[in-house]
Amino acid sequence: MRYLILLKAAQGTTPPPPELMEAIVQLGEEATKAGALLDTAGLAPSAAGARVQLAKGELTVTDGPFAEAKEMISYALYQVRSKEEAVEWASRFLKVHRDHWAGWEGDADVLRVFGPEDFGPPA
Amino acid sequence: MTATDPHRATRAVEAVWRIESARLIAGLARMVQDVGLAEELAQDALVIALEQWPRSGVPDNPGAWLMSTAKHRAIDLLRRRSRYERKLVELGRDLAIQEATEPDLDTALDDHVGDDLLRLIFTTCHPVLPVEARVALTLRLLGGLTTNEIARAFLVPEPTVAQRILRAKRTLAKHYVPFEMPAPADLADRLSSVLGVVYLVFNEGFAATAGDDWMRPALCEEALRLGRILAGLMREEPEVQGLVALMEIQASRIRARTGPDGEPVLLLDQDRRRWDRLLIRRGLAALAHAEALDGGPYTLQAAIAACHARAVSAADTDWDRIAALYLVLAHVSPSPVVELNRAVAVGMAAGPAKGLEVVDAVRSERALANYPQLPAVRGDLLAKLGRLDEARQEFERAAAVTRNERERSIFLGRAAACAAGSPAA
Repeated sequence: MRYLILLKAAQGTTPPPPELMEAIVQLGEEATKAGALLDTAGLAPSAAGARVQLAKGELTVTDGPFAEAKEMISYALYQVRSKEEAVEWASRFLKVHRDHWAGWEGDADVLRVFGPEDFGPPA
Repeated sequence: MTATDPHRATRAVEAVWRIESARLIAGLARMVQDVGLAEELAQDALVIALEQWPRSGVPDNPGAWLMSTAKHRAIDLLRRRSRYERKLVELGRDLAIQEATEPDLDTALDDHVGDDLLRLIFTTCHPVLPVEARVALTLRLLGGLTTNEIARAFLVPEPTVAQRILRAKRTLAKHYVPFEMPAPADLADRLSSVLGVVYLVFNEGFAATAGDDWMRPALCEEALRLGRILAGLMREEPEVQGLVALMEIQASRIRARTGPDGEPVLLLDQDRRRWDRLLIRRGLAALAHAEALDGGPYTLQAAIAACHARAVSAADTDWDRIAALYLVLAHVSPSPVVELNRAVAVGMAAGPAKGLEVVDAVRSERALANYPQLPAVRGDLLAKLGRLDEARQEFERAAAVTRNERERSIFLGRAAACAAGSPAA
């Protein structure tokens, strides 16, 4: 099964400590070497992005930042055998934040990605 | 620590086990020099975790918790086993020294983790074991699969798998197989045994021959995971990268290779929009790495798979390149099956007459005597040449030889089409 982990947090006023970045790189390497992490990247603040909306048949494009209280910080795509395994990796990711960035708060949403098992008959 | 409801906690323990078990067993095997004993100790630690964590919550560093628990079990267990008495003294002394001189045990363990995992996989794929024992032991100790899961995947009774694993551990002990990396002179052969096991697991999942429906894709995933682990541990081994590239690209087609009624869809007929672009991208990256390292047969097969992956439509396929790659593969790793595949590529690149020449050169190979693809390929080439009566006979022969029902109906369909005067299905 594949899971997408989306990290969300309030837009920080200070950049993340270098120790955190190093710990994230190490955790990523560990997850890659465990054969679990397929892809991951950080996301720039929504101020650098835009939103395309469809409402009442009309398309509108609005430049960021978005009004939400929390910004998307990063995504990671995992290949695992259970939701709990994805949850465990997400927990390790948040623990790294707890250990290296005092006071930081955020959410990691763990979402299952549809796979071959969700379409048609079993392969 | 956070205490949660017991079921959730149990599943959390299982997830941690899945992530940590191979490293745990590998680290313990280095200490006790016996993979069977190492697995028992790791299992003991798991049982303790299953008792404690639902009440106390999962510890912050579950891997280290399991390792230190298992080490204490090691001492207890060895104490109770009189025949290990001498070993106990040595081990007790070693542990005492280690703990005295290495206060930061986690760091010390981390340094060994990669090496230990490699030693473990070289041990579970040791040539002293029969191939099916290598597969079962590898899936059990490195994949963390249960005996039941392995049995379901390979359509054999659970006690058979349990016996296989037990006998494998005894064989390793009987032959005093040391828990260490192969000597440099043996590395190539030993690595080829490891890669053979991984690819066999992948193919068992990929080929729709047998097995529980649920477990088949799971086997592909398991093989890919083992391959990715190896690729991380042996970055500079070309064939490790080559095999991973091959598996990533083949797995990218899983969604597209069965039709709405479960029927197989051949590569050239697949809806390429359903291919998994992420796996293709990963496969092509691994292939580039393997080619830079001058890889062998797996790399060549991956390069052939990549030709299909790069083609936007079947008509865009670079058959000249595929035929050339098969020619190289035939030199590096000659086999009648490779020649047969080359015949298909040559038929597409240079026309059916040229393809037929390649097939006819291997027609009398005994290895292909009951291989349905031989008459099927020959029938296809003959049909394209308009020799429909000969083509019909070949498809009928293919239908008689195959053991796969769906394949048989495809071959009979082609035979009927030939009889009706149409070269296509």
